[in-house]
Amino acid sequence: MTQITNEALILACSAIGAGIAMIAGVGPGIGQGYAAGQAAAAVGRNPGAKSDITSTMLLGQAVAETTGLYGLAIAFILLFANPLLGKL
Amino acid sequence: MMNVIAGSTNFLLAEGDVDFMVHGLIKYNLFGQELWITTTHVSVLLVTISLMIFAVLVNRKIKKANIEDTPGTLQNIAELAVEMLDNMVNTIMGKKAIKYVNYIGTIFAFILFSNVSGLLGLRPPTADYGVTLPLALITFVMIQYINIKENKLGALTSLFQPIPLFFPINLIGEIATPISLSLRLFGNILSGTVMMALIYGLLPIFVKIGIPAALHIYFDLFSGAIQTYVFCMLTMVFVTDKMATEE
Repeated sequence: MTQITNEALILACSAIGAGIAMIAGVGPGIGQGYAAGQAAAAVGRNPGAKSDITSTMLLGQAVAETTGLYGLAIAFILLFANPLLGKL
Repeated sequence: MMNVIAGSTNFLLAEGDVDFMVHGLIKYNLFGQELWITTTHVSVLLVTISLMIFAVLVNRKIKKANIEDTPGTLQNIAELAVEMLDNMVNTIMGKKAIKYVNYIGTIFAFILFSNVSGLLGLRPPTADYGVTLPLALITFVMIQYINIKENKLGALTSLFQPIPLFFPINLIGEIATPISLSLRLFGNILSGTVMMALIYGLLPIFVKIGIPAALHIYFDLFSGAIQTYVFCMLTMVFVTDKMATEE
């Protein structure tokens, strides 16, 4: 049986950690979907304000996306600029 | 992502296929520091040059424009863009818009061209944190300058609202503005770049016909345009937010 080196172990755990970090994508998904649903309801009620509603919705969705992007940033750091390898 | 250039811990790149990193091109020394001219510099240079050429062409066209002629394609495009930006800034900022429309228009054009440059095979400059952070820092300086100019001492005391205990939270809130602003743009464009690199690098050849074109439209055009809009919109909203307390 071959030995697992320290570096390989850290890389494997980092890959798993990156996968777990992307669970952060769930929240923005729900939030953006909710915003889009509400916007659709608003357009149904007041079709004249469609352009205003659309721009407000897009702005809100982009802000809601931020937390997901923090998770993405952590996943990227773990995969491509791993700080843990330097601690060996 | 500095050690990316040194190419240290990049195990996906070791496969030889997937490549979306910033690459160093020319090394030079400045005050004993080892610095690199990277692909980002080249992309920014190309984007800036293309914007300049566009500006010069439009300038020549507009100067020669006659009120009786029918405007050509270039003039129409330029007028459409300027009118759209004017409207956008006016709806958010109202009376003060005239002061800011130049700056907002400039960053809008720059970020839009940067994001869309992924279509031409460049690595988008905005997928480098070194480009988005300065853009957000300019916004931050602008917000604080307006805050101090409009509110004088109120800028300081507003940090202690509603009770002094909230000072650390308010401070973090102020500092988080540029960080979230820059990370939003950076994360969106970088995720698009990474996805395209994965699709080009890892999928079998028959999947690569036609499908990447649709994805390019989503990641580069749609996502890039939305993020440009959001960046400019948030900059305006933050700046207006600090002015509104006066009236």
